[in-house]
Amino acid sequence: MILRELSELPGVSGDEHRVRARLWEAVRDRVDGGRVDALGNLITWKGADRPGPKVMIAAHMDEIGLMITRIDKDGLLRFRKVGGIDDRVLAAKAVRVGPDGIPGVIGLKPIHLLKDNEAKKAVSHEELYIDIGAASKEEAERVVRPGMYATFATAFGELGDGLVKGKAFDDRAGCALLVELLALDFPFPVYGVFTVQEEIGLRGARVAAYDVAPGLALVLEGTTCADTPGTDPHGQSTLLGHGPAITVMDATHIPARPLVDGLVAAAESAGIPWQWKRTTFGGTDAGSIHLTRAGVPAATVSVPCRYIHSPCAFMSLRDFENTRRLLAAFLEDVPRVAERLAQGSA
Amino acid sequence: MPALYADVDRVEQLIRQLAAAYGPSGHEEPVRALLSAHVAPLADEITVDRLGNLIARIRGQGGPQARRVMLAAHMDEIGLIVTHIDDKGFLRFAPVGGLGPATLLGQRVVFADGTVGVIGAEKLEDVKDLKMERLFIDIGAGSRAAAAQRVQVGSMAVFAQEVAGSGSRLTGKALDDRSGCAVLVEVMHHLRAAAPPHEVYCVFSVQEEVGLRGARTAAYAIAPDMALAVDVTPSGDTPQGEKLNVALGGGTAIKVKDRSLISHPKVRQLLVDTAAEAGIPYQMEVLPYGGTDAGAIHLTKSGVPAGALSIPARYLHTPGEMVDLGDVAATVDLLVAVLKGPLPEMPA
Amino acid sequence: MPTEPARGAGPQHPLVPLLQALTELPGPSGREHAVGRRVADLLAPYVTDIRHDALGNCIALKQGAGPEPRPRLMLAAHMDEIGLIVTRVEEGGFLRFAPVGGVDARAVLGQEVRVHADAPLPGYVGAKPPHLLTSQERDRTIPLEDLFIDVGLPEEAARRRIPPGTFVTVHQPLTPLLGTRVAGKALDNRASVAALIEAMRLLARWHHEADVYAVATVQEEVGLRGAMVSTYRVVPDMAIAVDVGFGAAPGLPEDQVLAMGQGPAIGLGANIHPRLHGMLVRTAQQHNIPHQIEPLPGSTGTDAWAMQVVQSGVPTALVSIPARYLHTSVEVVDLEDVRHTARLLAHLAASVTAADPEGWRYDLA
Repeated sequence: MILRELSELPGVSGDEHRVRARLWEAVRDRVDGGRVDALGNLITWKGADRPGPKVMIAAHMDEIGLMITRIDKDGLLRFRKVGGIDDRVLAAKAVRVGPDGIPGVIGLKPIHLLKDNEAKKAVSHEELYIDIGAASKEEAERVVRPGMYATFATAFGELGDGLVKGKAFDDRAGCALLVELLALDFPFPVYGVFTVQEEIGLRGARVAAYDVAPGLALVLEGTTCADTPGTDPHGQSTLLGHGPAITVMDATHIPARPLVDGLVAAAESAGIPWQWKRTTFGGTDAGSIHLTRAGVPAATVSVPCRYIHSPCAFMSLRDFENTRRLLAAFLEDVPRVAERLAQGSA
Repeated sequence: MPALYADVDRVEQLIRQLAAAYGPSGHEEPVRALLSAHVAPLADEITVDRLGNLIARIRGQGGPQARRVMLAAHMDEIGLIVTHIDDKGFLRFAPVGGLGPATLLGQRVVFADGTVGVIGAEKLEDVKDLKMERLFIDIGAGSRAAAAQRVQVGSMAVFAQEVAGSGSRLTGKALDDRSGCAVLVEVMHHLRAAAPPHEVYCVFSVQEEVGLRGARTAAYAIAPDMALAVDVTPSGDTPQGEKLNVALGGGTAIKVKDRSLISHPKVRQLLVDTAAEAGIPYQMEVLPYGGTDAGAIHLTKSGVPAGALSIPARYLHTPGEMVDLGDVAATVDLLVAVLKGPLPEMPA
Repeated sequence: MPTEPARGAGPQHPLVPLLQALTELPGPSGREHAVGRRVADLLAPYVTDIRHDALGNCIALKQGAGPEPRPRLMLAAHMDEIGLIVTRVEEGGFLRFAPVGGVDARAVLGQEVRVHADAPLPGYVGAKPPHLLTSQERDRTIPLEDLFIDVGLPEEAARRRIPPGTFVTVHQPLTPLLGTRVAGKALDNRASVAALIEAMRLLARWHHEADVYAVATVQEEVGLRGAMVSTYRVVPDMAIAVDVGFGAAPGLPEDQVLAMGQGPAIGLGANIHPRLHGMLVRTAQQHNIPHQIEPLPGSTGTDAWAMQVVQSGVPTALVSIPARYLHTSVEVVDLEDVRHTARLLAHLAASVTAADPEGWRYDLA
């Protein structure tokens, strides 16, 4: 499955080209054309001259990660975070550095040498460093330069009852869904857009939406799933295995009601399990897309993923498949949804 | 001081009617329906755009001095959104717009279908533990199933608080910014009676409280030569209050700056000069935080000279917002006076 | 190739008068007009067209000699400075104020200021006298809202002459230090504006194919606002923002700072198009311009951040001049860094040919 390859490719915000190349390879025979814009978005289309509303379906290629900012005298690498990472997940992780994927580990002071209370304090990323085994600054400089990116070194794998694990499911899961959807044929114009720089401010989607000027937009995401011990039921944003999550509001957008209603109707009539996303924080590319030009009705559909923005996430393959089915069913309904949108603004 | 143009009784009636309507961000339909009925006879054209903004256009007389002017007041109010329904039918929620937990405890709220609820809290050891996630809405349902017949995840509620009057002052929910909406309608009455030289777009915008969203897309479509937002601003005249210059009853507030906008100097000067000349009471507003639709509008395309008139208000984002009708009238008067005359030369 | 200004020392450095002219003018965010007019005057001899837009951005064009359609390069530096704004006049004629931009409360107390009322009024930022404070109070930074400005006017005159909404800037003449360093207010970001003007002066005498836009932007300090709308107008094929970066000083994290006096920093990260970064580095190497590389994870917080996402997206780069004590009245830059920044920008602009913009965005086969 393409998700395995996509998950293992490095593609920190601003450095998405390997993911883009793999995605283009995967979709080039399924679409009429594609282009890369000034920020690095991959914009593909099929049936561009068909009647009906332009439908933009977006998934972001970038993942959270690290940037090397300095090489110390002893050959250790200092870094900063790119995107929202909890500092506490960083200590003692394996990483891959730079375009050649040089193996490294994030080191820290051994427990034996900690002073009172030090062990109880979260370690800030500023106190951590990446060790690639270089014996000196010069040796490190032969393979690494400040400005290079690093990602978690996490192998994709299957586990449990129909689950998969890996890094960057946010949002390579969405990318994999979009690849699947582009195999379908639509009676209206569809723009499949793989965006950049979502994790640092929904930036790629903003310019791609300006360029495409869609009539409506769907954003595909891998979203948080807090169904784990210690979370109150009302703090659980989504539940693993309960189907695709539909957003009613987050910090960046309130999805257009006709789209949300259309998604729910499509799920109900096809008998596909689905759930509301039950928290309102965070944001998606829909936040920038819906404010483009004179406004674009937009909605977000997500696959629940545990441990998002960490070295390894869990996802249910049944949720993935049900999300694909929901989106396919909804897309069949697009002409009717478009009618309702038109009535709404009459 | 008697109003120059504003029909104060008419504005008051409209504020009362609009403020009572349900309209949290993203669900402004009831407010839009009311406003559509009021502005239809006053405008040359009304449209609703794809985000739900209501846009009323007044053609104006035209001529060499005519400009495209955008006025904006937002229809949406702050509210709550249901995020979870528990087994016993209690509703957990998140804020829609800027709301703190202290304002909410014990309040009565109402959903779009009229379902009424009251806000309760978990048992708290310390008042400092009063956090949004420890509060819930009780709609009197005995079970999840009973609750689910009235509300679902995503349903929004607003404060249930009618407007009450006392002398020249009104208090109630959603005066932010239904009083601004009423100002725009009142201005339209006068523009209908005597057409201005300018083409005027009155925009009743959506989703201001969650990030100035509606005004942004409306401004893109209109591409105005100048824009003014009409909103409320906190006053600094309450006991041990904020160090703000604005006072209730001190006249319309001409905005200099907030977090979203530094008013265009020529727009600010136009407002000050017009008010001074016509004898309309005004005060200067410098707000160290907050934002208005003008913040989104002035960054549209290649930039739009913009400013804002604010109605001074107390207790914003609570069920007891308070405004003074004299300030409302002064806001109407200043807008009408400005739109009757020529506008300054400004680079496009 | 024409001669470039010689390396000078201290007050004799040829860039001192330019920086003096630029930094000593008041230009808080939203009130940059005086600076904008001065910039226009200074650029006029070197460009073909100058306009001021609705927000006050100063947009100058030096037309290229290449065949149409010519590539469009935009160089931008913000001309606004942080400042203060009067919120109300209190009993005794003292002025309460709020910040305009990121004002550091630690650096405001005891500053001489100019209050831009009907005339620029000298004033001083005061607070409750220290002998009336408890020792605990003395250990804390005084919050801005507890400070006031004293203009020495009686209350009635202060109320009449200084309406709320009056802008205030710090007063500090440019001070040449040892070597090629200077200290002053508003070097963030007039040092970059000076580099822009100097670059256009060099370019005026050179052959170049591209249309080069030099833009002095407004309201950067309050939200990158001028860059957003001016880029929308210019729609450049590529754009370079010039701003100041954190110059190395004790106590700053070593991976976050730039070396003083070692040339401009060329940014690297998501905000920077890799090809434009490469063009800048090659230009610096070809012309022996000292330079450093600045890794920038995520947002750069500069005009480049806003310029990149205008319309369908703009290939952007960031060039930074190292500066110390940012957002105070004693910012320090090295004039040689400013000069080398100008050279880098001018040489890059001169090297842009019609072929360059191709490939910024491309169709896939």
